[in-house]
Amino acid sequence: MIGTGTITALAAQVPGFTPGPGWNIIADVQDMLSFTFMRNAFAAGTASAIVAGLVGYFVVLRQSSFAAHAISHIGFAGAAGAVLLGFSPVLGVAVLSLAASGAMGVLGKRLRGRDVVIGLVMAASLGLGYLFISLYTGNAQNAYSILFGQIFGITTGAVLITIGTSVIVLAILIAIFRPLLFASLDEEVAQARGIRVGAIAIGFMLLMALAVSEAVQVSGVLLIFALLVAPGAIAERLARRPAAALAISGGLAVLITWISLALAYYTPYPVSFYVTSLAFAGYLAARAWTAWARRAGRARRPAPVRRGHRDAGVEAAETATVRT
Amino acid sequence: MTGTARAARTAPAAGPSQQPGGQDRHAADGPVIEASGLASGYGGKIIWSGADFSVGAGEFLTVLGPNGAGKSTLLRMVLGLLPPAGGTLRVFGGPPERGNPAIGYVPQRRALDPDLSISTEDIVGLGVDGHRWGVRLSRRAGRQRREAVAEALAAVGAAGYAGRAVGRLSGGEQQRLQLAQALVTHPRLLLLDEPLASLDLRSQQAVSQLVADLHAEQGFAVVLVTHDINPVLPVTDRVMYLAGGSLCIGTPAEVITSENLSRLYQADVEVITDSRGRVFVVGLEAETAHPHSPATPPGAPS
Repeated sequence: MIGTGTITALAAQVPGFTPGPGWNIIADVQDMLSFTFMRNAFAAGTASAIVAGLVGYFVVLRQSSFAAHAISHIGFAGAAGAVLLGFSPVLGVAVLSLAASGAMGVLGKRLRGRDVVIGLVMAASLGLGYLFISLYTGNAQNAYSILFGQIFGITTGAVLITIGTSVIVLAILIAIFRPLLFASLDEEVAQARGIRVGAIAIGFMLLMALAVSEAVQVSGVLLIFALLVAPGAIAERLARRPAAALAISGGLAVLITWISLALAYYTPYPVSFYVTSLAFAGYLAARAWTAWARRAGRARRPAPVRRGHRDAGVEAAETATVRT
Repeated sequence: MTGTARAARTAPAAGPSQQPGGQDRHAADGPVIEASGLASGYGGKIIWSGADFSVGAGEFLTVLGPNGAGKSTLLRMVLGLLPPAGGTLRVFGGPPERGNPAIGYVPQRRALDPDLSISTEDIVGLGVDGHRWGVRLSRRAGRQRREAVAEALAAVGAAGYAGRAVGRLSGGEQQRLQLAQALVTHPRLLLLDEPLASLDLRSQQAVSQLVADLHAEQGFAVVLVTHDINPVLPVTDRVMYLAGGSLCIGTPAEVITSENLSRLYQADVEVITDSRGRVFVVGLEAETAHPHSPATPPGAPS
């Protein structure tokens, strides 16, 4: 099993490997993709990034990023336990995060504002995971890599499972898209319009657990926030239409993953470092962009069309109270 | 949908309200809401009981009362989200059902995430097809949706910010957008929960005037929950006052009297009318006095 981090040592064993990119991008990409481990990393990275980006947009809309963070940490105990028992760590993450997200979904509103409870369960799970690692006498690299990602070590079988999971998550996401959007934006009205918001919440939490399990392979449980939340948060700020937001969020997650894989291929630094840095940089850029656009928009925007004379004073009064 | 609720609804429908007020319009259409011996509550706790009233088609009813008096639970029962704790409730002549497109609902507003950049149009569009499964594929459905949204936005005077990000709208603008979303299905009954809370005085007047105008133009019945009667006093047909576990319904002049409210609150209450016809209820805790200037604390039950 190939560990996380530098691939220089690995690639250096291959004859004809020349570190560092040249001037010919196509040749560089061909060079990069001539390695099976790079092809696997790109395939699994792309599949999990699409899902992380799309699910992540709803994570941001539903303001459940802390839950996503907690689920991944609870999943770590599953990963360490699975390693101890001789199973795949990703399977362990999937089982435990599905269980945790299901429980959170069922508890639903009762968990709102209970960050202390979620945080304590999360810390206890991390502690348990650490115990499992210390009990494990074999190669601890396996469990360690689940903390920070292990995308270069992914097997072809795991790639297929990742792609399959992505297809399932996408299919469910398409099927529940409109009720999920409605419930995420306006739960009370959605409920009044006959949407089973409780069932939608549980369903979404399970999708989130699957997205977490996939994204853990790229960024690891500790850094999952970057891939799952940052593209969604950027899209929330930039896009007017939900479809555009999803395209931005999914596209950014894929772009961040691709650039990170390529950078990690040519440098001695780990993939998840690039993922988190690019995600953070992207978020800062989006904030700067919206701040600039709002200032420019305020100066440029014509007076709003009003219904009648009676609204004019009100609008002015509102503007005065809100914008100060 | 619980068994107890269904069983309770088999009793005969309620008669006309105890004190019918000025709702002569649309009288032939039959009542929109009929309650007989209706009780409200959940978890074994009764909030109020013994309510007999009906709301006529096209009537404007304002529901008043202090925090926790069960005003929002009344709306939730009409929406079919909460079964009656006793008695019968009929909506459009049948049991309340969830997801009835003939009811428009504007819940009490929480502040939207200011970073939320989804457009006003898309939020209103949720009222058209947000409850359907899958994604919208047909071009025709998309065009019909756009037309319905544009019409609703124009009706509430919000056409000017159709494309703007909802997170950047003011409180009054967000309230209009909520109204447009509720009206996009052309409901026969509009339920508004504290639409005036956390708005400044002039926005309160503008929103209540807008609701009154739309009510007059489109002819739907309105049930509006508020702490403060004064902004809606000129436009409401009748008021319902909920306090102390029971309620009282009639014209404002009939209901908001010192005797009535003292009986409801089981305390000495005085109703004062000023030179411009505004009413003030005094002798209560600051929380329940009118007009209610401090905003309701977030998350307070109502």
